[in-house]
Amino acid sequence: MSAGTLEPGMIDISASKRPTMARMVAVEIRKMTDTRAGLWLLLAIAIITVAVNTLFLIFSNDDLPFLAFLQFSAMPQGILLPVLAVLLVTQEWGQRTGLVSFALVPDRSRVIVAKLAAATLFVIAAYLVALVIAAVLTPIAGADDPWEDVSGPYLLRVLLALLIGGLWGFAFGLALLNSAFAIVAYFAVPMVVSIVTAIWTAAQDKLLWFDLSTSSSQLFDPSSVSGEQWAQVGTGVLIWIVLPMVIGWMRVQKAEIK
Amino acid sequence: MIKVENLTKRYGGFTAVDDVSFVAEPGRVTGFLGPNGAGKSTTMRMMVGLTRADSGRVTIGGHDYLKIPNPGRHVGVLLDASAQHAGRTGREILALSAATMGLPESRVDEMLHLVSLTESESKRRVRNYSLGMRQRLGIANALMGDPQVLILDEPANGLDPAGIRWMRGLLKGYADRGGTVLLSSHLLHEVEQVADELVMIGRGTIVAQGKPSEMLTNSGTFFRAVEQDQLIAALTSSGMAPVAVADGFRVDADSLQVGKVAASLGITMIELRPADGGLEDLFLELTADTQREAYPAGATTTEGAQA
Repeated sequence: MSAGTLEPGMIDISASKRPTMARMVAVEIRKMTDTRAGLWLLLAIAIITVAVNTLFLIFSNDDLPFLAFLQFSAMPQGILLPVLAVLLVTQEWGQRTGLVSFALVPDRSRVIVAKLAAATLFVIAAYLVALVIAAVLTPIAGADDPWEDVSGPYLLRVLLALLIGGLWGFAFGLALLNSAFAIVAYFAVPMVVSIVTAIWTAAQDKLLWFDLSTSSSQLFDPSSVSGEQWAQVGTGVLIWIVLPMVIGWMRVQKAEIK
Repeated sequence: MIKVENLTKRYGGFTAVDDVSFVAEPGRVTGFLGPNGAGKSTTMRMMVGLTRADSGRVTIGGHDYLKIPNPGRHVGVLLDASAQHAGRTGREILALSAATMGLPESRVDEMLHLVSLTESESKRRVRNYSLGMRQRLGIANALMGDPQVLILDEPANGLDPAGIRWMRGLLKGYADRGGTVLLSSHLLHEVEQVADELVMIGRGTIVAQGKPSEMLTNSGTFFRAVEQDQLIAALTSSGMAPVAVADGFRVDADSLQVGKVAASLGITMIELRPADGGLEDLFLELTADTQREAYPAGATTTEGAQA
């Protein structure tokens, strides 16, 4: 409380330290877990992941290897993690909490980065859960070669595929700033693209450059991914993730928070 | 101290805030008064960088708000008590702010205690809060970082009379300790009880500012007397023109003049004070052309209202 030599009414901000990024990321993670909607979404991801794997273990006739379990987990997680990422952004607008969040941290880019980091951490956490489940169930399933095709690069590719899904949701959330629009767009856009692909068979090969959901699903293929396939993932990411994220980022910079 | 200089904000062809300048001094409660849609909230949002100004600038304690590293520790902001996630508990909302600002969780309990939200109320979800409770929560949130400046948009909205009295005490005490308070309202009587200074805004421009007492100097005197008729006759004969107001009379003179006349005649005064409603009249008059309400002269004719 040493006012020092300040003129009356002036505020000494020399000791003021901006919130660290780690602190902001922790707050963003907490914002996803402190409402019933967010908590249930997280629980749903965990419960459905466990349930799907258990059901396959019980009802499948084959002796399932590690990779099979990992791919079972990827199905519900691929659907729900992007929804989580959408909500992480849009709840500030839908519930108007941005009025407080952006008043406390006026640098809006930092808030976006913190949310992006939180979304990434949620995806990684979900993937770790999937790995643990697969590791626990594989010995029980008793396949002849349970660890077939398991390699470091492959495990990273699956994580990348999940991250692409999450960031895709995040990018749509940021561009649209509305939960309902963003979630609908996230599911409708790949559907429309795949319908076009199905009808316009002549252009199928070329459309793979736009069709991120198909090109990123190739990452789940245990045999190697070709250079062309990587390039197709790249253009898809550019069109459906980088572009909307840039648009969304500019929108948030200019937007009036009310 | 909040210093607003030539602040302007346009939406297309509509100028919401037009060259607004004023200063909110430390140690004072400054009331920011204007009818709905006059530009109060837009001005306040521009102060904290939530709305980008087209021109002009605001400094708070000598700084651009956007340049303050941890603004919550220096400037307390409440812009809309209802803008909270309905699914969070009151306590959690405060805890998130505390965490962002780097304050210990114990600060949350202090703030809850300060605004008289009980332990069980703080664990309820905000969805189930009354507007008054949301305001208390919002004020707790604003005070959390022990700021030197408070910016409160319609903080009394939804508070009951006891709540308004509590807030008045809180803000006065805060200002007496050297803090700067800017609070907005569209209700005059709410503001004049708390504010040391008034800034009146109508249709985006400042229409008047100053101390309420100074703004009221010409509003006249209200009086009641036992020998009412005798006093009125005496005042009329000395060139004044009393008019009946409520159960007494109002005259364009100061209290001293009326008192002297009454004393000279041995009249027993029941009431003698500056007339009420002066500030309200002034407020309505100054913002008249910005009001939505028109009283059509020929409402029954097909000509419709004259604005």
